[in-house]
Amino acid sequence: MTLDLDRKKVVKNNWRVTKVRGKSALRIRIPGGHMSAKHFDLIRQIAENYGNGTVHITTRQGFELPEIPYEKIPEVNRMLYPLLQDLELAIGVQIDKPENGYPAAGTRNVAACIGNRVCPFANFDTTVLAKKIEKEIYPNDLHVKIAVTGCPNDCIKARMHDYGVIGVAEPVYDYERCIGCQACVKNCKKKVTGALAMHNGKVVRDERLCIGCGECVLQCPTSAWTRNPEKYFNLTIMGRTGKKNPRIGELFVQWATADVVVAIIKNTYKYAEKYIDKTLVKEHIGYIVDRTGYQVFRDAVLDGIELNPKARVAKHIQWGGHFYASDIFMTDQSAK
Amino acid sequence: MGKSLSHNEFNVLLGALAKDYNIYAPARFEKQGRFSDTDIIRYRQVSQVEEIVWQAKSTYSPKEVVMPVTQTLFYFTQTEYREPETDTRPCLVFLRACDINGFASLDKIYLENGGTEDIYYKRLREKVKFILIECHTSFDNCFCVSMGANTTDNYSMAVRFGEENIQLELKDEQLAGYLDNIGQGNDFKPQFIQENKIKVNVPSVAEMPDWIYNDQMWKQYDHRCIACGRCNTTCVTCSCYTALDVLYDDNCQVGERRRVWASCHIDGFTDMAGGHGFRKENGARMRFKVFHKIYDFNKRFGKHMCVGCGRCDDNCPEYISYSNCINILNDRLKEGEKASV
Repeated sequence: MTLDLDRKKVVKNNWRVTKVRGKSALRIRIPGGHMSAKHFDLIRQIAENYGNGTVHITTRQGFELPEIPYEKIPEVNRMLYPLLQDLELAIGVQIDKPENGYPAAGTRNVAACIGNRVCPFANFDTTVLAKKIEKEIYPNDLHVKIAVTGCPNDCIKARMHDYGVIGVAEPVYDYERCIGCQACVKNCKKKVTGALAMHNGKVVRDERLCIGCGECVLQCPTSAWTRNPEKYFNLTIMGRTGKKNPRIGELFVQWATADVVVAIIKNTYKYAEKYIDKTLVKEHIGYIVDRTGYQVFRDAVLDGIELNPKARVAKHIQWGGHFYASDIFMTDQSAK
Repeated sequence: MGKSLSHNEFNVLLGALAKDYNIYAPARFEKQGRFSDTDIIRYRQVSQVEEIVWQAKSTYSPKEVVMPVTQTLFYFTQTEYREPETDTRPCLVFLRACDINGFASLDKIYLENGGTEDIYYKRLREKVKFILIECHTSFDNCFCVSMGANTTDNYSMAVRFGEENIQLELKDEQLAGYLDNIGQGNDFKPQFIQENKIKVNVPSVAEMPDWIYNDQMWKQYDHRCIACGRCNTTCVTCSCYTALDVLYDDNCQVGERRRVWASCHIDGFTDMAGGHGFRKENGARMRFKVFHKIYDFNKRFGKHMCVGCGRCDDNCPEYISYSNCINILNDRLKEGEKASV
C-alpha cells in the first residue's frame, strides 16, 4: 500500500523525515545526558530489529536510530514505554498517551555535561537540574535549545544554546585558615581572570573579576577556600549556530538560584507565544528576541519572578556574532 | 574505671564537662570539601555526641587545636608591644591513638628542640587533655602499626563509640566527678588496632648513605608531585611555620607579628636572601620530608616523627603514596648503591 503520512505529525512525534524514501529515524531524548545502562538493551533491540542496526549519538545527547520503516512507528512507539517511563514520566513530565511515543519535538532535549557526579570542576549535579528543567518545559513545540554545564569551562557549550545554564560557586574565604601559599592566586592569574591577589600574606578577591568557577577551592591545601553551599547559576541567552547570524550567548542573569533560572525558562514560552511569527514553520526563540529587542524579552521573562537578592540582571546586551550579510560589501573584481 | 553510657547520658556528660572545658572533636563540615557537594571532617568545638564524627578519619588533624593555622604572637606600635588575649579555659580533645602519638612528635619539636620551649605552643598545649577515640577498624592508608603508633596510654579518658551506647574508661581522677551519677559501671578498656592493610618497612640504618640522596628513586616525584602541600597541611606531625610582620593598611606604624603554617613541599620554603633556594625539584622536597619523618627526627629525638595516620596518602591529589615511598626507600637501601641507575 502506498504510504499516506501526515508529515507534521510524524515530526512532532520525534520521528524524522529522512532522505531515504519510506524510512524514518527515531530520536530518543536523554534529559541531562545521563541514563541507566539497562536502556541500551532496548535501543539495540529497536535498531537491530526495525532499523539498520546502527545508532547515531546526536549532538544533543540523544540517540537517533536510522532506517526504521514509517509503518513500524506505532509498534516501536509502544516499545519505547520503559524509556519514557524512566526518563520522562518518572521525573514528572506529563505525557497523556505514552504508548504513542514522544508527544513533542520542538523543545529539544536538555543537554548537560557530566557534572559533579564525576567531574572535579563541576559545581553541581547538572543532570538533576536538566531534568528539573525538562519537567517544566516538555512537551512543547517551541523551538528552544537549553544546555546545562557544571562550571564556566562550559564543556557542554551552553553558550551556543538559547539558554545556557552555567553552574557557579561563590568562593568563601576563611582568612585564618589561609597559609598564603599562593596556589589559588597563581592559578587564577594563569587559568582564569586574575581575580585574586596577595596582600599581607593573605588573599584578596576582586568580586567584579571573579567568575565563580571554583578553581580556588580546588587549589587550596587547607580548605581556606570553600564554596557557599547555596548554588548559583549564570544564565546566558540566545547563543546559536545556524545560517542566520550565528553567535555565542551573552550573560543575562548572574548569580541566580536554580528556582529563578527554571522560572525564567518557563516564562519564555508565554513570551514566545505572544511574539512568534506564525507565518514561519517554526521560528527559533533567538530570532523572536532579535525582533522584539532584548528589553521586551527581559521584562516579559522576568515578569512575576522574585529574583534572589544576589542575582544581577543585564541592563543591556551588546549582541555580537557573525553576519553573513556583511558579504554585501564584498565586490567582485570585475564590478566597478 | 569503666562505664557504659547511652547517647543521651553521654550528652549529659558533655554538657557537664563543657562548663569547665572547651571540647574539641572531629566534626563534619558539609559541602566544604574540595569538590562540590563533598564534605570535610575537621576539628572544632562540639557540645553533642551527634556532632562527633567517629565513624571516619578526619581530613585534617587535631594539631589545629594547639597549632592554629594563623597565630598572632604580638601586636606592636612604634615603641610598645603586647600579646593577644588567649582563652585560658582547659581543653578536652577527642582523637585517635595515632594522633595522640602525633602530639608527642609536636611536643618534641616545640618543647624540646634546641633546649628552648616555644611559649606560644606551650600555652595552648598545656591546657589539653586527651580523650582517646578507639578505632573499630583500620581506615584506608593507615599504617600506625608499622610506626608503633597504634597504641597509647596517654589519655584522660578512652571512648568506644557505638550506635547503641558508648563505653568509656576513665583514667584521669580530675574528671571522675563528672561521671558520678551517670551510666553503668563496667571494666571497659579500649582495644587497639593490631594490623593495618598497609605495612611499611622503615629502614633501620644509623646513617643514610650519601648515594641515596641523589638516587634515581626520587626523580619520579619531580614530575608527579605538584607541590600543593596537602601532605603537610593534613599531617598531624608537620609543625613548620613561617613568621611575618603585618603592617596595618591605614597606619603602617602599627601592626602585628604572626606565624602561619609553612610546607616543605610548597615553593618558597627554602628561599633565602639573594634568591637562593635549596630543593628546587619536587623530588628533593619529597626526599627531605620522608627523611625528616622516618630518619633524622628519630636521630635527634629517639622517636619517629611519622605516626602512620596516612592523611598524606588520603589527600594527595596526584595519588602519590608516601607510605609506598618509604617501602621503595627501604628496598633501595637493601639493593645498595650498585643497583642505583
